[in-house]
Amino acid sequence: MTRESFVNLALLTALVAVPLWAWVAGEPFTITLATRAVIFALAAVGLNLALGLGGMVSFGHAVFFGLGGYSMGILAHHAQNFLPLYDGLIVIEGTKSMPVIWLVAIVVSALAALLIGLLSLRTSGVYFIMITLAFGQMFYYFAISWRAYGGEDGLSIWVRNDFPGLNTLAPIQFYGLCFALLLAALWLSARIARSSFGLVLNAARQVPGRVETVGLDGQRAKLVAFVISGAITGLAGALFADLNRFVSPTMFSWHMSGELIVFIILGGAARLFGPVAGAVLFVAMEHVLGDLWDHWHILLGALLLVIVLFARGGLIGLLAGKARNHD
Amino acid sequence: MSLLRLENVTARYGAAQALFGVDLDLAEGEVVALMGRNGMGKSTTVKTICKMLPAEGRLIFDGHDLSRLPSHQAARLGIGLVPEGRRCFRDLTVAENLIVAARPGPWDMDRVGALFPRLAERRGQRAATLSGGEQQMLAIGRALMTNPRLLILDEATEGLAPLIRAEIWAVVARLKAETGLSILVIDKSLKELRQVADRAVILARGRVVWSGEMAALDHETSLRHVGV
Repeated sequence: MTRESFVNLALLTALVAVPLWAWVAGEPFTITLATRAVIFALAAVGLNLALGLGGMVSFGHAVFFGLGGYSMGILAHHAQNFLPLYDGLIVIEGTKSMPVIWLVAIVVSALAALLIGLLSLRTSGVYFIMITLAFGQMFYYFAISWRAYGGEDGLSIWVRNDFPGLNTLAPIQFYGLCFALLLAALWLSARIARSSFGLVLNAARQVPGRVETVGLDGQRAKLVAFVISGAITGLAGALFADLNRFVSPTMFSWHMSGELIVFIILGGAARLFGPVAGAVLFVAMEHVLGDLWDHWHILLGALLLVIVLFARGGLIGLLAGKARNHD
Repeated sequence: MSLLRLENVTARYGAAQALFGVDLDLAEGEVVALMGRNGMGKSTTVKTICKMLPAEGRLIFDGHDLSRLPSHQAARLGIGLVPEGRRCFRDLTVAENLIVAARPGPWDMDRVGALFPRLAERRGQRAATLSGGEQQMLAIGRALMTNPRLLILDEATEGLAPLIRAEIWAVVARLKAETGLSILVIDKSLKELRQVADRAVILARGRVVWSGEMAALDHETSLRHVGV
């Protein structure tokens, strides 16, 4: 077992043990914190596919997080108010079913990622960052002006959505669902990284514009990765909305996009468990330091500086050493 | 039969024109040396063939008009490039560098490994950790893994130690003798080019100033246009 596998396993063990302890000890707030961390981790695992593996620094992934959130919000809003979503030739009802909501969140986010990716991937570097940021702001301001679904005030969902066979209002059960989805996303990421598609993506990131000379379509690989990345982040958005039972335009804001990047930098870019470590560290700092000092973001900024200057592999790199070991 | 034909090809970098109506013909199984001093349009010609730079004029490869094809599709027709500066995928292993480029055909990992035993020994090593010569071998091996019909070597021996250069030239000679692969080679080593190339095309200021059998290239012409 490599050092990195050991660190990853330790992190997973903590993500199982701490919520279980909190459940036994009757500390539901700790479970909620862990759920928040796991959902952020899921969103960042999605972004890491684009950023870490594909080298696409997207400053607009909040679009997919928000679309996932609003997919949940809109479907649940119509279901709880017994208002059809569409009443024309056919009638489309809202739903409180999590699997259906997740599927819609994934499809909507993937379609948005396809459109945004098609346009954004014509650019690179700082222009790519700016165009993805611009898309984020477009969605943000659209959500603010969308009065049918709460506008600036957002949309409250009174009761958490349903999952067959589970009581999703029990924090530990909802946590279990989120954790299982994080594991699935990590498994998918690992598979992609090791696949021939992952190799193409990796090569396209390393020598932009040259991968084509060996007959590979680097742009298409990047677009596919961007779409998968957006879909995973969208799923995380749907879970986040369900956790809070509330969606608002802030899910689309550039702060959210920035935070997703911060999770990856904190944990380690292009490391499978980097986004998980980053999200857990962020939520822990937010809770512990935030209790002590209102301006805890200053400390977060200082930590980011230290990591960027002295530990570019992030937390995982610090604990597990260099990214890849070959004989 | 002509495998690659360039007719009246012009190319520019923004406002600066780099090629002025270049004609080039390369037959199946032929080795052609593309020569000239620095900045005369050799690498630009390669970029136009590989569709890395937009060009005007006719570019025909194996009967296919390259003008409307994107770079990766031109490569899939059978144009294998060993780029200047090697450009290996540094964070991938030797094996991954080869696998990622693999296309169906006689060249596979084993055959490349037989051609470059050093690469076979370092299959699991990251490309970034290889020496310059080994990276060059990897760049050639990667291009061969695409199973090309035309191999383009752009300054493949530049900056390498004499022993490694000799090794690379021996490989080029072997490819010519054993596989009959068409090769377009850009290099400044006239002595070695004379040994492997059938014909030479010399560029000066973006124009073909001499073209003919390698044996017919006299010292005065090469000194004037190539500098050696």
